[in-house]
Amino acid sequence: MIHFDKVSKIYSDNSVALEDVSFSVEPNEFVSIVGHSGAGKTTLLKMFLAEEKPTKGKVFFESTDVSTLKQDQINDFRRKVGVVFQDFRLLPDKNVYENIAFAMEAAGRLDEEIEADVPHVLELVDLSGKIWNFPHELSGGEKQRVSIARAIVNQPDVVIADEPTGNLDPLNTYDIVQILKKINDLGTTVILTTHNKGVIDSLKKRVLTMENGRIIRDDKEGRYVI
Amino acid sequence: MLWIKLKRIVRSGFYGFWRNNFVSLSAILVMMVTLFVIGSTIFSGAILGSTLNQIKDKVDINIYFVTTAEENQVLDIKNSLEQLPEVQPPVIYFSKEEVLANFKKRHQNDEFTLQALDELGENPLGATLNIKAKDPSQYESIINYLGLRGSDCSALESKFPIIDKVNYCQNKEAIDRLTGIINSANRLGIILNIFLIVISVLITFNTLRLVIYMSRDEISVMRLVGASTNYIRGPFFVAGAIYGFISAILTLIVFYPITLWLGNTTENFFVGLNVFQYYTENFGQIFLIIVGSGIVIGSISSYLAVRKYLKV
Repeated sequence: MIHFDKVSKIYSDNSVALEDVSFSVEPNEFVSIVGHSGAGKTTLLKMFLAEEKPTKGKVFFESTDVSTLKQDQINDFRRKVGVVFQDFRLLPDKNVYENIAFAMEAAGRLDEEIEADVPHVLELVDLSGKIWNFPHELSGGEKQRVSIARAIVNQPDVVIADEPTGNLDPLNTYDIVQILKKINDLGTTVILTTHNKGVIDSLKKRVLTMENGRIIRDDKEGRYVI
Repeated sequence: MLWIKLKRIVRSGFYGFWRNNFVSLSAILVMMVTLFVIGSTIFSGAILGSTLNQIKDKVDINIYFVTTAEENQVLDIKNSLEQLPEVQPPVIYFSKEEVLANFKKRHQNDEFTLQALDELGENPLGATLNIKAKDPSQYESIINYLGLRGSDCSALESKFPIIDKVNYCQNKEAIDRLTGIINSANRLGIILNIFLIVISVLITFNTLRLVIYMSRDEISVMRLVGASTNYIRGPFFVAGAIYGFISAILTLIVFYPITLWLGNTTENFFVGLNVFQYYTENFGQIFLIIVGSGIVIGSISSYLAVRKYLKV
């Protein structure tokens, strides 16, 4: 489903962010990517989301090379991918309902669908009571759940979670990981980056370990080993 | 689908405007300054124009004819002058008798002069033509047409021997200087106005850039959920247009008391133009200019300012 083919990224100051990275992700897989800060985890995700182009190599989503897409095609492609960020990135002047509705509007969905799906997806992340609140009225864990709801509302093929628990306490971290697991159980591919040892060890799923822009380990039922 | 998108963009633009009320307020205040400058340009242009017209209107030349000139000869010259493209018709003819009556009227308190006139027994004054040019700079060519040359406009070379003298040559220097002042006042006015408008448009543009700079994270999030370029730009465009519209209306309201207050002053100071009257009489036109520039400046600035943050 996702295939990185000998991808390298070298920035203009000759710093190497990724070097010769190759791996594949199968449909419905749950893959965690671990590594120190600066190991290249975020760069890897940026390559996949077509935020940046690889210096060498190719990034495939199904059979299309993501790095050759034009802006319109990138927009279409991103609607098939849900993204969750460490810093939530909710729209501050929209309430919870509108934040989620926005992703659906951008995908060109009808008003009736939006009215039906938003409460449903909020139920899934256990946040039905805060539907009309604004982001500044929510706790960190609640914000992250809104951001997950936004990521999954268009029923994407893949959910990318870039250190989603980085700003959360252990209890909220546990909740978020459970939600991601539930999403995966419902049939969505999940790619998670983290440096939280507890999260990785409790998941018992595939783990890619990165160091200095290279993948140094790929374990089927991995643990956090660096 | 297009209709749904448009509806969503407009709604989102209104929400963005309303929920960022403090930011919107400051953007509106800055835009009001711009529109105020544009409005003041209209008023100062009107004042300058009307003043210059009044002054131009006061410039004229008289042709004095010899006392022996026949009336129909003079009228021939009057007709041929009216044919000239430079001359603002009508050319006014004063017969010998009218000139005398005017002279007497002007000197009615001057017993000595009137007595001297009576003793002469006959009318010593010739007929006169009063000419106005369309533009003060055109007197020279009218004089040339009459065939008058030299610094004292001597009639010697004239093809019309009945012309005694023309007062242009005595007034030439004053007329030339006035023409120069009028032209440079016009030019200076235009340059100054363009300068002010450009500066205030730039200030507005920068303010809206700051407003949108605060939304840069939002724009990148919109990008990452796959919103199209126009779908992201649309609400900012709408909000910019709303800023422009509201500040235009406020500016028009502010102009009301200001022109009312300045009305009499300007009427006395600058010959004859009451800005308040001008404002109310031309309200439709001024409304269109101010509201139009407000909406255009607001929406275009927002549209351009978003561009920078779309590269995700």
